[in-house]
Amino acid sequence: MSQALSEGKKAERRLGLLLCAPAAIVMVAVTGWPIIYSIWLSLQRYDLRVPAKQAFVGLDNYVTVLTNGYWWNAFGVTVGITVVSVVIELVLGMALALIMHRTIVGKGLVRTVALIPYGIVTVVAAFSWKYAWTPDTGYLAAMLGPDTAILTQKLPALGAITLAEVWKTTPFMALLLMAGLALVPEDLLKAAAMDGAGPWQRFTKVMVPVMKPAILVALLFRTLDAFRVFDNIFVLTQGSQGTGSVSMQAYDNLIKGLNLGIGSTMSVLIFITVAIIAFVFIKVFGTAAPGSDPGRR
Amino acid sequence: MAVITSGVDTGRKVRWTIIDVVVVVYALVPVLWILSLSFKTKATLGDGNFIPREWSLQNYADIFTTNEFLLALVNSIGIALIATAIAVVLGTMAAYAIARLEFPGKSALVGFSLLVAMFPQVSLVSPLFDIERSLNLFDTWPGLILPYITFALPLAIYTLSAFFREIPWELEKAAKMDGATPGQAFRRVIAPLAAPGVFTTAILVFIFCWNDFLFAISLTSTTRSRTVPAALQFFTGASQFESPTGQICAAAVVITIPIVLFVLFFQRRIVAGLTSGAVKG
Amino acid sequence: MAEIVLDKVTKRYPDGALAVNEVNIEIADGEFIILVGPSGCGKSTTLNMIAGLEDITEGELRIGGQRVNERAPKDRDIAMVFQSYALYPHMTVRENMAFPLRLAKVDNATVEKKVTEAAKILDLTQHLDRKPSNLSGGQRQRVAMGRAIVRSPKAFLMDEPLSNLDAKLRGQMRTSVSRLQKQLGTTTVYVTHDQTEAMTLGDRVVVMRGGVVQQIGAPQFLYDHPANLFVAGFIGSPSMNFMPATLENGALSTPLGQVALGDRVRSAAEKANAPREVILGVRPEHFEDAAVLDEAAKARGSVFTAQVDVLESMGSEKYAYFTVDGEQASSAELAELAADSGSADVPSSGSQLVTRLSAASGATEGGSVQVWFDTEKVQLFDPSDGRNLTYSAE
Repeated sequence: MSQALSEGKKAERRLGLLLCAPAAIVMVAVTGWPIIYSIWLSLQRYDLRVPAKQAFVGLDNYVTVLTNGYWWNAFGVTVGITVVSVVIELVLGMALALIMHRTIVGKGLVRTVALIPYGIVTVVAAFSWKYAWTPDTGYLAAMLGPDTAILTQKLPALGAITLAEVWKTTPFMALLLMAGLALVPEDLLKAAAMDGAGPWQRFTKVMVPVMKPAILVALLFRTLDAFRVFDNIFVLTQGSQGTGSVSMQAYDNLIKGLNLGIGSTMSVLIFITVAIIAFVFIKVFGTAAPGSDPGRR
Repeated sequence: MAVITSGVDTGRKVRWTIIDVVVVVYALVPVLWILSLSFKTKATLGDGNFIPREWSLQNYADIFTTNEFLLALVNSIGIALIATAIAVVLGTMAAYAIARLEFPGKSALVGFSLLVAMFPQVSLVSPLFDIERSLNLFDTWPGLILPYITFALPLAIYTLSAFFREIPWELEKAAKMDGATPGQAFRRVIAPLAAPGVFTTAILVFIFCWNDFLFAISLTSTTRSRTVPAALQFFTGASQFESPTGQICAAAVVITIPIVLFVLFFQRRIVAGLTSGAVKG
Repeated sequence: MAEIVLDKVTKRYPDGALAVNEVNIEIADGEFIILVGPSGCGKSTTLNMIAGLEDITEGELRIGGQRVNERAPKDRDIAMVFQSYALYPHMTVRENMAFPLRLAKVDNATVEKKVTEAAKILDLTQHLDRKPSNLSGGQRQRVAMGRAIVRSPKAFLMDEPLSNLDAKLRGQMRTSVSRLQKQLGTTTVYVTHDQTEAMTLGDRVVVMRGGVVQQIGAPQFLYDHPANLFVAGFIGSPSMNFMPATLENGALSTPLGQVALGDRVRSAAEKANAPREVILGVRPEHFEDAAVLDEAAKARGSVFTAQVDVLESMGSEKYAYFTVDGEQASSAELAELAADSGSADVPSSGSQLVTRLSAASGATEGGSVQVWFDTEKVQLFDPSDGRNLTYSAE
């Protein structure tokens, strides 16, 4: 009989592997293999306009990219948009989370409405913002008065891009934070109130520390997501006036420039940057990667 | 005492109502603006008014008479539905295994799907562009469906395994005691309980696929597989000198309709799905 | 209906852990038997093996004379009530109760009749079309019972079915479970960690510890004649008082003073070859305020004087708590019992003595009182293996 038991255990393992295999294979085939392939491509001179000249060039592409002012500008733009938008989103998202969690009127309505920015196609929202800022057409341009073409100047255009990002993703941030809020026991807040903590102290001394894991997960996800910023820039400025992000740079080199070598080099550099960000969050801030230890929560 | 509290309550209600209104305005203004533009006539399109002075359905009539939009809409719907179906089926299998079974490599799978969720998608654009061209997948439905499935899978696996963990599996035992075969226990007890979670996940995955722009613009080149978000970039006016703004807005409104419907009817489920997947992991 | 026989039933997990070790129980047809013990004692595993939800590693399980080790739960014709009730949340009460019959492909008219009948017995008639989520805890519990009784199975298995109810409701449900079982006369195996349920419900009680059966017997017999320290400490509330004692020449020196043992105790201890160091066990009700006893009664026992720490007056009786100086009685069994009841976490110096005095007692909190205890009723245990040195089977 004990033999039969371990048979049962084996059958369970087999079933588990079998059920996971398709998902794992698809994910590895579509991400793992291409990323290795792109590392190989990044070491090649490979321009689709002159495919005959393909050759192994070692780290030349990296030198080209890393000594290029456009790349560093795009890098600065991406980091700037990421930092500013995530900080604003954290503040607004926390406010929205508290509203969705605690409002006593129209809770369903607020939650429903807040989901619209989350669900809407980014490109659609981007067009809305673009036409809002377009002189003569837009209500926002009209408010600013004539002769203010926001999207044609670098800093104002970056502001518009950041605003579009913040509008679209604050609800998602708020939802993640709301899940954290739900983990703060009501009794804990009551106890803090009895101990003499005011509303602000209850928020900073009780809620935020208890929610810390949820906040860090939300920040990690949003930071990595913000770093990929592409859709809004593509629609709002097409990357003109130095407003392109690293994703825009990679796209331009690939699709417009048809330069696979340089495009892949940028892909690898973006991948490395994202890996560093994730590493810093997980190791330095101790963000518990969701799912890393399901038993604990 | 009762009178005093009700007085306080009224004050609080008014305050909360004001806050709610701010949230509603924040969330809806950009949506209403593009809706407004889509209803404006060509003459009033450039007047900068938030509410149209003259209403017209001309823009909608225009887009539905051009192949450009109709083909893109068919591509969008087809690609998103197929990718959703496959991702949900694969995700359900994996999530069931993660939630219910012990097997080696489980944490590796969870970790790997987390990596995929954080993956910078643009990093895949260059290699996929090249790989898909050599496999004749470039500018085809499968060429988009594959990356969509891949990036939807982590979302599906997280959300579903969170749902599956909440199913009281003791019911499976109870069903067996009540005389059910394993098949009956699954069909009559577990499946009805798992269905809402699977359905919610399907909505989230569909929204994800419906939303994508980066792959759609990079891995397509013709109306053969270009989805609406990508196709919007290629809209031209009816004549060379006409701006396509009205038609873009109309098309944008059309592809927003399913999202609004989902949100209206399944708000609770979507919130539950997003929060459970993200925090409880 | 059928008898259930566990013949050297053993459960060993793949990692080698022994959950249940050679359990032998013969459950007669129509008998109500209780499996009781602290958490982790193997009682639920035993129940799950009878149910067929867990494999039996070794030994044989017979229901109605037939070996059923290899049969799936659905082929054993037994019904189970779960601790969480395990009601199907997507079905109404009616559908929940009808589910086993539907699976058995019983015709509609019979299903309707049986469900109506069961609902009537359990007072659920007006709730038949509601979903479980709209029911109270007690109602859910009754639906779970209903689902078990509709198919008139050979046996009922119940896994702590009342532990999710509040104390008052638990008391009520206890009597109705008992009445229902008598009415139906179905063999029932009932798992609990609550010794009140064990005492009041069953025809016989099986006390388990660490996967091993400690003693099987009628509740009163276990109470009066515990086979060992573990059973003695587990059965009874408040539980038996234990203190270290030294046995010399038929006399016992205890923290309560020198005690002259009665004949029964002395001869039993001699027969059992008692060691010098023993553990003395006295039940709370075997104490009494010496002031309320006549001389003749007093002569049958021993008297000591002590200061009352805490006095709880229950109206019909009084509980007086004393602190006894000196060492606490110690043994593996007592440590396990303390851990299970959580009393290991309560700081105390010396050992505490719980006594039940009659309402007429004039004891006051903080005051000194002369306490008598019945030396005929004391039990002595061997600290090394916990066996009852004064055990007698009559």
